[in-house]
Amino acid sequence: MLDSILFYLFAGIAVLSAGLMITRRNSIHSAIFLITTLLATAVIFLQLRAEFLFVAQILLYAGGIMVLFIFVIVMVRLDVAPRKIRFRPQKFVAGLVAAVLGLEVAVILLLADKLPGAGLFIPKIEDAEKLPPNSEELAKGLFSNYLLPFEIVSVLLLVAMVGAVVMAKNKKRTDEP
Amino acid sequence: MMSPEHYLFLSLALFLIGCIGVVTRRNVIVVLMSIELILNAVNINLVLFSRVFGDVAGQVFALFVLAAAAAQACVGLGIILAFFRNRETVQTDEMDLLKW
Repeated sequence: MLDSILFYLFAGIAVLSAGLMITRRNSIHSAIFLITTLLATAVIFLQLRAEFLFVAQILLYAGGIMVLFIFVIVMVRLDVAPRKIRFRPQKFVAGLVAAVLGLEVAVILLLADKLPGAGLFIPKIEDAEKLPPNSEELAKGLFSNYLLPFEIVSVLLLVAMVGAVVMAKNKKRTDEP
Repeated sequence: MMSPEHYLFLSLALFLIGCIGVVTRRNVIVVLMSIELILNAVNINLVLFSRVFGDVAGQVFALFVLAAAAAQACVGLGIILAFFRNRETVQTDEMDLLKW
């Protein structure tokens, strides 16, 4: 009972603020609604017994990435009056594509156990009390089975850092290319 | 715990909202934020199936997705800054030159 109340509350917050995020004019408002979505998702992670990811999501996303976004939003000048909005067919196309994709996945999910053989396989859920401590288990997986991807990710982050510094460096603009 | 379908539908909803945001918004920063939303929706699925199967691999990969999202955000914002310095705009429909 409590589980479903928590789920519907935070799923509602997540979806609602995601919808607000893509409709707000002001980019700062969008960023703040994205933070709300990410925090609500973090609670969903907690409900799924992923304590480490819950903390990582809050620290990394809400604390790190979103600060970066807000910095960039205030650095690029946004008080320029937006040009007159012409007719934009993207909205129609986007709605159509999203509706088709959503319908397709929803039908597959809903018919999962009705289709013979080809449905979605969802086994019996493990008992929450029997799960091992999350951070410990995650560390074991990360440093034993998935050590190589872990190292590759660290190299990726280094490359991204160097790339960001190079891109954002304020070099003198050359007149002739 | 709720049935897995609930989480799958939440993830689907967030993914679709992110897709609509990518296609309709003209501000590049908001487009990047929508991509973050899509990655986040995928993370819900990974964590859900990690929980369902009682296997930690899903959470490990969710962590990798988190790292990839961080890398993407930092490089993307760097590109936006460089572009803004040259062209004074962050609107997608004004980015119509291959060379300037």
